[in-house]
This record gives sequence, C-alpha cells and structure tokens, in this order.
Amino acid sequence: MFLEILEIVSRWAIPFLLLVIITYGYLRGVKVYEVFVEGAQEGFETAIRVMPYMVTIFVAISIFRTSGAMDLLARALLPLAQRLGLPAELMPLVFLRSISGSGSLGLVTEILNHYGPDSFVGRLASVMMGSSETTFYVLAVYFGSVSIRKTRHALPVGLLADLVAMIMAVVVCRRVFSP
Amino acid sequence: MINSVWFFMVVVGILVAGFNGRIDSVSTELILAVREAVELALGLIGVMSLWLGLMRIAERSGFVEFLARAVQPFLRRIFPEIPPGHPAMGAVVMALTAGALGLGNASTPLGLKAMKELQALNPHPEIASNAMVTFLAVETSSITILPATVLALRASAGSADPAEIIGPTIIVSLVGTIAGVLAAKILERLPAYRIDPPHRN
Repeated sequence: MFLEILEIVSRWAIPFLLLVIITYGYLRGVKVYEVFVEGAQEGFETAIRVMPYMVTIFVAISIFRTSGAMDLLARALLPLAQRLGLPAELMPLVFLRSISGSGSLGLVTEILNHYGPDSFVGRLASVMMGSSETTFYVLAVYFGSVSIRKTRHALPVGLLADLVAMIMAVVVCRRVFSP
Repeated sequence: MINSVWFFMVVVGILVAGFNGRIDSVSTELILAVREAVELALGLIGVMSLWLGLMRIAERSGFVEFLARAVQPFLRRIFPEIPPGHPAMGAVVMALTAGALGLGNASTPLGLKAMKELQALNPHPEIASNAMVTFLAVETSSITILPATVLALRASAGSADPAEIIGPTIIVSLVGTIAGVLAAKILERLPAYRIDPPHRN
C-alpha cells in the first residue's frame, strides 16, 4: 500500500506540478510561454556554471578510484557501513553530503556514471543527495550573515537531521527498490 | 575542508597507484573522466531548464506567495517565539517555501532576510535564538517537493526512469526535517544549550 503511494507520487509529481503551476500562472495572466523560456534560459547558465566543479571533482574521484585507494577505504569502512545498512561505496557520500555541496554533487554524478543510475547504489545515492542540504555551509553562511558565533545546538541538530535522513534513505530504498 | 579532501584524494590516489602499478590506468581513466564530466554537465541542461522555466512561472504568478500563505498557520506552531504579525514570520515562511520548491537562487536571499528579521527579535544578539536554530533545522534538512538537480543528473546519466526516486526523496526529506525540528525543540531545553543558566530552587 505504502509502496504504491510512493510510486504514484513519483509518477505524478512532474505532470501534477506542471498542471497546477501553469494553470495558476495562466489564470493570473502570466504569459506562460515567454516566462517559461525566460526561466529555461537559466538552465543553460546553471549547467555551464556547474561544469568546472564537475571536472574538478571528477579528477579527484577518478584518480582515487582507479588507483585502488577507494577500495581500500571502502574495506576499512565496511564494519561501519554494515552497521548502518549502507553499501560501503556510499560511505564517502555520507560524510561529504554535510560538508560540501559541489563535492557531493560531483560524487553522486560519478557514482551514477560508474554504477548506473538504475542500480541500487545509484538510486540510494540519488535519494540521499536530494533529501538533505550541506549543513556546514548553510550554518556558516546564515549565522555569518548576522555575525553570530555562539550557535548553540544548531550544528548537532543539523548533523542529526542529516544522519536520520541517510538512515531513512537506506530503509526506504530497501523497501522500494529491493537491492 | 573541501580543499583538504580534494588534495588528499589526488595525492593519496597517485601514491597508491604507484604502489599498485596502476599508474597507466590512472592516466587513461583520468582523460576519460574529465570528458565524461563535461558531457554529464551538458546533459543537465534539459531537466534544469524544465524546472527553472516552471519555477519562473511560479514566482511570476504569485504561486509561491499563495503556497506560503497556505503553509503559514502550520509554521506558526513551530515558531512560538515569533510574535504574530512580525515580519520575521513572513520572511521565514517565504524562505522555507522557496527552499522546498528547490528555488536555490531565491531561497538563499530570502533565508538571509529571515535571519535578519529573527536577529531583530533576538534578545541576545551574539547567541543563536531558539527560533533561529529551528529555522536552520528546517533549512538544512531541506524538505523537498521535487529534487530537480538529482532528476537532471539521473536523466543525464541515462536512467530509464529518472523520476522513480521522487516519492522516496519526499518521504525521506520529510522525516529528516521532522527529526531536525524535534531535535531542536528538545535540545534547546537542555542545560548545556540553554541561554540562561537553569534556576535552582
């Protein structure tokens, strides 16, 4: 029952949003065609902006992986990965997700490329990536903007939320996409 | 920190490859990898344009404000410290709604504005207030309606069904956010994190 709901949500999310937002816009007198094109323009800029970050992180990951260093690391982290129910290849992502947005984006891209986007690892990495934010970065920027140094429980809370999301991602993905 | 991580991976990788005798593969794979990086980045354009086009309509039509107003009564309960009618409430609601829609470019300035308003309410300007921590708990756990970037990545990598992860992502991000808010509410009362020392009778 639960799995069916998730599947319906996945299938209907894009068409539903298209329907609702474009209809709302049209009824409010927005020139939907022109405005859509305007927004789409940013898509190009975003992809071009991302490219150097992608190249940079791929350099590091390619060297690290081809050399065999990644395997060594995965083997070292295996006990911890097993405790969390994660494939060992995703351990680096667990840490990187809270630390660096561009880094984790590049890592997920490389994982999708290497293992295939429709593999269990690929799907799990996708869910992990989409369900949380770069905690350290957000805290630094937001608190920095009001010059607050004493952040009290903000960091533990942020990291806890990230951890819960990672574990939940494993649980949900195991139910939905049996490995 | 990413500096150290990147440095570590490149240098340790090369050294390990030297020991393993895999230096040749490292060079050939590297050239392939950087080309793949460019192709994958280009492949993002389609889905990103789709999403950003749609979001532009949402912004222009007032859809974001409409959503924010629908969400406000609920958000008010998590931010009891904000007096009703104070601009901080509106700013927080807008920032979180934009974040949920994945409007990264819009949600960051809105979020910074929300912080400024919350700071105006803050009796101890050098210390994070409970409302601030709660706000950031929701921000960093990112409650997502549609993970546009991940969708774009999956499409670019040739997935047969890029959208299949949407349902799971929504549920997981929701649980993460709930956990974050609960943690914020619980931890803010702990003696270690309280602003004033606990009174002793």
